[in-house]
Amino acid sequence: MAPDSPEQAVELTPDGTLTSEGLREELLKAYPKKSRRKREKQFVINEKTVNEDGTVTLPQIGANTRTIPGILTQRGCTYAGCKGVILGPTRDIVNITHGPIGCGYYSWLTRRNQTSAPNDSDANYMTYCFSTDMQDENIIFGGEKKLAAAIQEAYDIFQPKAIAVFSTCPVGLIGDDVHQVAKDMKEKLGINIFGFSCEGYKGVSQSAGHHIANNQVFKHVVGTDNTPRSKFSINLLGEYNIGGDAFVLEDLLERCGIELVSTFSGNSTYDQFANAHMANLNAVMCHRSINYVADMIEKKYGTPWIKVNFIGAKSTAKSLRKIGEYFADEKLMEQIEKVISEEYPAVFEAQKKYKPSLEGKRVMLFVGGSRAHHYQDLFGELGMKTVAAGYEFAHRDDYEGRAVIPDIKIDADSRNIEELHVDADPDMYDSDKVRDKWAKEEKGYTFAEYDGMMTQMAEKALVIDDINHYESEELIKRVKPDLFCAGIKEKYVVQKMGVPCKQLHSYDYGGPYAGFRGAIEFYKDIDRLVNAKVWKMIKAPWDE
Amino acid sequence: MIVPEPAKSDHFTATRNACKMCTPLGACLAFSGVEGCVPFLHGSQGCATYIRRYLISHFREPMDIASSNFGEHAAIFGGQTNLEQGLANVIRSYEPAVIGIATTCLSETIGDDMPMFLHQFTSKYADPTPLPHLVHASTPSYSGSHFDGYMEAVFALAKTLAEKGQTQATLVNMIPGVVSPADIRHLKDILSDFELDYVMLPDYSERMDGVSWDDYQRIPEGGTTVDELKSMGSAAGSIEFATTHHKSQTAGEYLASACDVENHRMDMPIGIAATDRFFDALEKLSGKATPRRHQMDRGRLVDSYVDGHKYCFGKRAILYGEEDFVIALASFLCEIGIVTVLIASGGKSGKLLENIERVMPDPSVATVMDGVDFEEITDAAMDMHADLIIGNSKGFKLSQKLDVPLVRVGLPIHDRMGASRIVHLGYQGTQYLYDLIVNTLLDVKQRTSEVGYTYI
Repeated sequence: MAPDSPEQAVELTPDGTLTSEGLREELLKAYPKKSRRKREKQFVINEKTVNEDGTVTLPQIGANTRTIPGILTQRGCTYAGCKGVILGPTRDIVNITHGPIGCGYYSWLTRRNQTSAPNDSDANYMTYCFSTDMQDENIIFGGEKKLAAAIQEAYDIFQPKAIAVFSTCPVGLIGDDVHQVAKDMKEKLGINIFGFSCEGYKGVSQSAGHHIANNQVFKHVVGTDNTPRSKFSINLLGEYNIGGDAFVLEDLLERCGIELVSTFSGNSTYDQFANAHMANLNAVMCHRSINYVADMIEKKYGTPWIKVNFIGAKSTAKSLRKIGEYFADEKLMEQIEKVISEEYPAVFEAQKKYKPSLEGKRVMLFVGGSRAHHYQDLFGELGMKTVAAGYEFAHRDDYEGRAVIPDIKIDADSRNIEELHVDADPDMYDSDKVRDKWAKEEKGYTFAEYDGMMTQMAEKALVIDDINHYESEELIKRVKPDLFCAGIKEKYVVQKMGVPCKQLHSYDYGGPYAGFRGAIEFYKDIDRLVNAKVWKMIKAPWDE
Repeated sequence: MIVPEPAKSDHFTATRNACKMCTPLGACLAFSGVEGCVPFLHGSQGCATYIRRYLISHFREPMDIASSNFGEHAAIFGGQTNLEQGLANVIRSYEPAVIGIATTCLSETIGDDMPMFLHQFTSKYADPTPLPHLVHASTPSYSGSHFDGYMEAVFALAKTLAEKGQTQATLVNMIPGVVSPADIRHLKDILSDFELDYVMLPDYSERMDGVSWDDYQRIPEGGTTVDELKSMGSAAGSIEFATTHHKSQTAGEYLASACDVENHRMDMPIGIAATDRFFDALEKLSGKATPRRHQMDRGRLVDSYVDGHKYCFGKRAILYGEEDFVIALASFLCEIGIVTVLIASGGKSGKLLENIERVMPDPSVATVMDGVDFEEITDAAMDMHADLIIGNSKGFKLSQKLDVPLVRVGLPIHDRMGASRIVHLGYQGTQYLYDLIVNTLLDVKQRTSEVGYTYI
């Protein structure tokens, strides 16, 4: 749902003196020629051209290219994307970081992803931080033996279903073969053990780590449990249970009568992944981090995928209806409508309460690979205007829509990340599903479609990929937005300048923000943050 | 004589829930205490990102760390091009006075020749514009902990910048080790009260615990200036809180050997005895008696020890953290009658035990473990009947498991407000810790009693 009419041009400041073109030029002026050429491509004004056939052409954005050394990026590394983001929220796989201590330590319960084991006796290793803690001698003589010992130890303590090994920078350099060690230990211990070549220097950002994680989970786990699932069964891909989002969605889907086979990977377990291919539909939330799994499942098993968004009440309703429509079952669709009508009165009430003090306020969002897009829906529901947005680690398709995928140039960094070759499974490939998909497509139902962030944004809004420190500070200084959304690294610098900053990686202390209940929570938190008295106290009386 | 008890899980090769952070983190913290300094990690961008978020969540302040953003190419062919480009960009956009460069495990593993790279960079670009000072600390994270990285950066700053000169009688170098911004502020007050001029190395008391800004500050204000760092070579003496540092020289030792600045190396001043030694050194260096307000602080502290002794004697405590820090705390706990039953650190200088034996009158009561993680600490702690745990946020799980309260001190504390404002050092810091510890014990007594005491 569009928060603004996309045709309406953005107003950067209330007095309308600042133009997007002027601001862009001012900011880019500071770069030397070579850096400017690169930043120009990543810093675009959302000017849409309506073609004769009614389609809209968006400006092209540069994305997923390396950050220039010495420019302060907010991006993380491949290891962070792999271990922290994708595998971190799964509670019953023991994760071992193979490397010096820092990487494991800094990814130890720092993402606020939550989990809820049904019983105390059920495995939950998330609070555990295993590291091989490599020392000089391991760098010199190799760390494979130490890794094997660490795997053995992890097994001895927990007897887990699976152990995953994550490589950090030095591992690739000294040539430790984590995959061989994993394979040997798998044979020895008889549990599933697999490694990830997610050394930090690979790839452009954490996005490379997501892809590597997708590949290995698909290769080593998905498809190992063929227990059949019910008719209305789905997987929710790209939901990481930050602040308890997944709990809200699990409850919502259950009340609708939709069976959730697995979530990748909020509040997930190893068994869910193993059985994921038995669901009848994949619903993708964060397109950037998980579309690979959706594609690979479709290729191998024929299960189609759709893009959903459970951030924002309208989008939640729309996504539930889209799932209902896929299964095309009267009773299911009725039940979905019933749940929506149960939830919506409270949403309306909350909007009525919070909108007056927030309407018209200007927001900037620079976060994630989908969050900067999805949260615009919530702000739209509050009448707040997104004047600038961008992703930290997304690719062009997340901005411009999947239609541009064939045009994306494959550079050396992307080639670095393995593209798994996937064939249809001779036994498990479901041709009926595929025929059903075709029939639905004929009737206008869209699969595997994502239009990206820019279509939805206001005309001439600023779209900035991999925004750096300098640019965000200049934007804040010149535009003085009412709210800036980012992460912990930006939070305090933004607030030093008197502008509230909402963390959309970790939700600060808050959440859940997904679904209907989450939307209400979000409205309330944004009102509390933006309209807090403290912003008026910053200037001391003697400074007036 | 105590023999360090092997943990039950001594055979473990993996580290489970570490009790230390990585070397470059310490270096970045130390570099942030120099005015106009941008910390710069030569390695992957992820290290800068992780370390930024970790320090930021402790201090709740901005923390910029630049990076040379290694890709696969740099990892294979060396990082010189990335380093040069990165430094040039930082110089252009930050106009820093100093760039504090720390080498991560990646650049250290491939063996980037930093002195040569920096020399070539300097000769290439120094003319016509003078370059910022480039200070390099070698901090491979497979060697040592954040404490070692911090000490290495402090050493590198002194070595690169200090200049030997005419001795200034009232100038003192103050080298405090890993302490809080409030500790640094307190030390500055003490030195000023002795009418001493000082160079604080490092001083992140404003940068890592600052105020709102009127104007945007690319590099937050505060910190020791380059001129001050240069003048360290002409100080009358250095006071250095460094107990276990073992790698190269300490900064204080370097200044003693290279610039003939007498070094007063001592434990961190926590507790009366250790703080007395600190004030004794200040009296010597300043030629002045301890000012009355500090005499009064000491007096009040002793008075409170007397008043609160009944609440804490015989209580049993578990301590963990950096080696220097736990040594200082162990000495203090002995003073107030608390039995320290377990002293643990993720650091491994090899000097923890001998120093514990030095500061504790009866070290046989304590199990001393170095180079350990929280699982080993937990295994060892299970049968110790502790009443109290003292350390950083990462001991929460232990505290939960043992159902024993955790007194949060040191670094990192990211589950409570105000880590920057904890004063640990001096009579005042000791007073704060003392009250905090006693009140924590009283809280347990009150909560677990059926009497419903409000008058204890």
